[in-house]
Amino acid sequence: MTAAPAVRRRARTRAGLADRDGFLAWALLLPSVVYIVALVGVPFLLAVAFAFSDVTTGDPSFDFVGFRNFTEIFHDGVFWRALVNTLVFTGASMVLIVVFGKILANVLVADFHGKWFVRFLVLLPWTTPVALSTISWLWFLDSIYSPVDWVLRHAGLISGNVVWLGRPWTAMGSVVAVQAWRLTPLAAVIMMAGLVAIPRDIDEAARIDGAGFWRRMFEVTIPLTLPVIAVAGLFGAIMTFTDMTVPYVLTRGGPTHSTDVLASWAYFRGIEGGDVGQGAAIALFLFPLLLAGAVAILRAVRRLEPQ
Amino acid sequence: MNTVEVKGLVKTFDGHVRARRRRRGDAVRALDGVDLAAEPGEYLVLLGPSGCGKTTLLRTIAGLEQPTEGEVLIGGNVVNGLPPRVRQIAMVFQSYALYPHKTVRDNIVFPLRAERMDKAERAEKARWAAELLEIEPLLRRKPRQLSGGERQRVALARALVRDPAVFLLDEPLSNLDAKMRATARDELKRFQERVGTTTIYVTHDQAEAMGLGDRIAVLEHGRVRQAGTPQEVYDDPADTFVATFIGSPPMNLVKRGDRLVGFRPEHLLPAEVVPAGRRVTMPLSVERMEYLSGDRHVYGTVTGLGEDTRVIARLPATVVTPIAAGETHAFAVEAERLRFFDAAEGVRAEPETIGGAR
Repeated sequence: MTAAPAVRRRARTRAGLADRDGFLAWALLLPSVVYIVALVGVPFLLAVAFAFSDVTTGDPSFDFVGFRNFTEIFHDGVFWRALVNTLVFTGASMVLIVVFGKILANVLVADFHGKWFVRFLVLLPWTTPVALSTISWLWFLDSIYSPVDWVLRHAGLISGNVVWLGRPWTAMGSVVAVQAWRLTPLAAVIMMAGLVAIPRDIDEAARIDGAGFWRRMFEVTIPLTLPVIAVAGLFGAIMTFTDMTVPYVLTRGGPTHSTDVLASWAYFRGIEGGDVGQGAAIALFLFPLLLAGAVAILRAVRRLEPQ
Repeated sequence: MNTVEVKGLVKTFDGHVRARRRRRGDAVRALDGVDLAAEPGEYLVLLGPSGCGKTTLLRTIAGLEQPTEGEVLIGGNVVNGLPPRVRQIAMVFQSYALYPHKTVRDNIVFPLRAERMDKAERAEKARWAAELLEIEPLLRRKPRQLSGGERQRVALARALVRDPAVFLLDEPLSNLDAKMRATARDELKRFQERVGTTTIYVTHDQAEAMGLGDRIAVLEHGRVRQAGTPQEVYDDPADTFVATFIGSPPMNLVKRGDRLVGFRPEHLLPAEVVPAGRRVTMPLSVERMEYLSGDRHVYGTVTGLGEDTRVIARLPATVVTPIAAGETHAFAVEAERLRFFDAAEGVRAEPETIGGAR
């Protein structure tokens, strides 16, 4: 009579596999570790290896060539052009994304009739597949039938067509505008999360203290959401820096490389041109800047944690 | 002229835009016809249980909420529809709502910068406020480096520098621990006496209300049940809600016909210590006793006065009559201490004569 309950109690107290933190930690981490190693780590090491090789699509045999690929791309004016373009493209897009994202975030948190419809519209550019939306921008900016030109012409602002994608500066402007249009909703949602997290008391205290809209915006709201704004901006920067979809679809890097960015130039050289070694060497230049961006994001996130 | 006055104030919350569209008519009346006025320099406390509308009333005076009906007057002018910044008010929030990214000094001068006061004058004002509240050593710190009591003083300093016509305080002591609360309460009162500004103070704590208020307005379900001095609301409650909300333990209520007879626990004493002739005696069968800070709290059932009712008697240390649980003892209340309420409505009723005592 007395032995039976004791046995049952011992059976119940034995820890199951799910109770062991060490095992659980590994079991839950393993899928992401495998994923990162297989799809990020191995390709990265391959790219480093290719950058020091003479591999081409026609001759995939691996021969070590040292820094030859790097010397070649350094002597290629297009590489420097693409590097500058990447910085301009990223910087200009980031500024626009942060400014418009901040404005849209304020729209998203506002309480008014029909806000659900407006929220849907705001998020639309982000939810549409990028290739699809960029193609519609391609039509918008068409050299002959552009509706943008049509409107400007009828408003009397221009006489002939602008040919947006056919001139170096308007082409870069168009690429930046479309990229900003595409990423602004993401930034807006991130900043909206930051805005919602501000205690209502603090905004009300500022109202009572006599601060108007702009003073509350620049002295209370923006300082309190600065880490979130930084995260949104850095996300935008990283997603722009590595992206080639918009330049690729809109301009193919043209006219005369004026919208070529590192990613697209690496693609044109390595895949379309067949020189895998040079393509990899070009792509490697994305790495240090991305690393700096990731470090900056992590630092901003740490500032977000309760002080 | 009253500094602050509200007339026929009604505030309904109908929630979300969508909820409003779906179901009309289930609006919450947070304020249900409030008329109240604070005299210049007065310390008016709004007291009530949570959800009684006291904070809504304060926020409506501040201009953070717009009234559905009625008027808010500050200094004799109707301020309905005016934003908070032109109302000449200062408010201390329950959370203090200090700007976490600004130093104490910048927190204090923020309202002055919004007023576009020049720099030298601002510095002078901040120094004066900091000196008054004894927070000069803290001026360079950030709010997160301060204790609860220090934060409260910074919030007061920020409210003070604007020379407001009214201070609005929303439960400013509820974030402090019990020991701090007693000192802070004393400081608040002395501070207000020194600056002499009209103050409206919201709390659910009756000890705070009784201790701080020149007058107390007791609110329930968005209505003012009674407004009067602490003594009036305690000794002469307007209805059974006020009678049972104020006082710890609360007023005893015994049903007698269509009336309720009310008396405070400290007035229910053994019959022999109550002067004969003016007393109403009642047998109390004692069930339980508590000995609390020198007083004896006697729990029992009174019979004979009306319906048998459980009551509490609070015997001060000076009453030494031996009383034990289980026995029935003759207790009495002085006749003039009895309060009568209408049993159905709960409001005060004409006194009546019980058992020959008058």
